[in-house]
Amino acid sequence: MTAKLELRDVGKAFDRKVVLQNIDLGVGEHEVVCLIGSSGSGKSTLLKCVNLLIPIEEGAIFLDGAEITGFRANPNQVRQRMGIVFQAFNLFPHMKVLDNITLGPRKVHGLSKEEAEERAMVLLDRFGLVDKVDDYPDRLSGGQQQRVAVIRALASEPELMLFDEITSALDPELVAEVLNVIRGLKNEGMTMLIATHEMGFARDVADRVCFLDDGLILEHGPPKEIFTNPQQPRTREFLQRIVEAGRL
Amino acid sequence: MTAPANTGRGPGLFSPGPRTRIREEGARGALIAFVSTLIFLALALWLILTAEAWPDVQRQFFSGSHFRAAWPDVVGGFWLDVRMFIVAEVLILIIALAVAMVRALRGPAFFPLRVLAVIYIDIVRGVPTILLILLLGFGIPSLQLSGVPTSELFWGIAALVISYSAYTAEVYRAGIESVHESQRMSARSLGLTQVKALRYVIVPQAIRNVIPALLNGFVSLQKDVALVFVLGIREGVREAEIYTARTFNFTSYVVAAVLFLLVSVPLARFTDWYTDRDRRRKQAMSA
Ligand SMILES: Nc1ncnc2c1ncn2[C@@H]1O[C@H](COP(=O)(O)OP(=O)(O)OP(=O)(O)O)[C@@H](O)[C@H]1O
Ligand SMILES: [Mg+2]
Repeated sequence: MTAKLELRDVGKAFDRKVVLQNIDLGVGEHEVVCLIGSSGSGKSTLLKCVNLLIPIEEGAIFLDGAEITGFRANPNQVRQRMGIVFQAFNLFPHMKVLDNITLGPRKVHGLSKEEAEERAMVLLDRFGLVDKVDDYPDRLSGGQQQRVAVIRALASEPELMLFDEITSALDPELVAEVLNVIRGLKNEGMTMLIATHEMGFARDVADRVCFLDDGLILEHGPPKEIFTNPQQPRTREFLQRIVEAGRL
Repeated sequence: MTAPANTGRGPGLFSPGPRTRIREEGARGALIAFVSTLIFLALALWLILTAEAWPDVQRQFFSGSHFRAAWPDVVGGFWLDVRMFIVAEVLILIIALAVAMVRALRGPAFFPLRVLAVIYIDIVRGVPTILLILLLGFGIPSLQLSGVPTSELFWGIAALVISYSAYTAEVYRAGIESVHESQRMSARSLGLTQVKALRYVIVPQAIRNVIPALLNGFVSLQKDVALVFVLGIREGVREAEIYTARTFNFTSYVVAAVLFLLVSVPLARFTDWYTDRDRRRKQAMSA
């Protein structure tokens, strides 16, 4: 069986600085993979490479077995098939919530205004944000903003979702409402690649956890193994620090 | 129309945002500002009116009868200035935005377009506007090419548009660069093409950020349209010059100046007011 998403020997450097190397990673259909690792280990870079927002220097990335990093692939078409949510500043501040959500469906997928708005309302209703449709993003709490960002990505009906520490800029009491949205998506069978600092959440939601250290995947496996019986000293160190910080 | 009206505009023109200052200092500050302005005006008036040369100055520059005599022609010419300004400004805002968007496109495929935009901006900004007006306004009609307009007015406005679009494109570009990179990434991640990302996400935010700078450009162009007088176009300054040549009196120039001020001062005040409000709103939002 071919994986939904596959990275083969991917390498990335900014100027001379190597940020990712020899990344081999597969995400199966309906699988949830969490990327963990300290700050600067390359999690965000990896996700942006998958979304083709930054070009890779080595290796190749495949979606449904077809290479998306080659010359012939059309980045805009590839991006239409996946959604990504960043840490912050996702929403367009000059557009109301509704327009944020309908922009992609209308201008990329060619839906009519009515169709797009109908689809947006269904999603807003599901995530309990219907009363915010006419608000501008700066009127929303951080948690609500991130939920709208997830909805906006979902509105294009992606086959794969990428999340880049979407709760790390939030006040602690807002984290749960956003993580619950991802839990909901898992229950629906969404394929997801998630960079996160929330170890409890990773343990709970991930089918597989990848520990990234200095651009290398040092270790990966089911959360139980990684969190209770890490093989690599670096992984143990990292988890130790997380425990000390009270985040596990 | 005598000296008081003229110098009376002084404080409004030269003290930026007097209203803000008054608000900050409260009622006492307002009183001080009012009294010191009165004293300043009285002093300036006294100096001017008691100067030995004042009667001559008044006759040459501020003569009531010449003012009335010159008024109709100069106003007629000035109306052309206003229309030129409006037409040119609309074209400038559109063309400059297109140039700035071309400059903002990334990737090797757009390299030639980007280079063209940079060459255009560099060359045009390096040539004095007046030279461009002479070059196009006299030069192109002299070629008598078929199908190409021969009107000096057409080429005069074209020169202004070409010149100002280069500056204005740089204003837009600053605005585009001021929009956070994550906005571009978010837009592209939805599958929007570069052009659509610019059009729907980046440019609307960019324009908001540079409205004060664009308004400053309005004020500047509003005066510079008069440069086409070198082509013999009978706009306000040209009409004033004709009157002066006929009468050897300079009051007609003052008429023209007053007319330009009637437009540019409110524009400048509006720009200041808008910039002030904009800044305060941003501060309130980041607080
Ligand atoms: N555009 C860039 N130019 C140069 N270096 C970059 C760029 N983006 C990221 N880097 C570097 O790449 C490395 C990996 O960064 P990345 O943002 O992927 O880490 P991360 O694991 O997401 O960290 P965090 O947990 O803090 O978000 C860092 O050393 C960073 O300084
Ligand atoms: Mg990151």
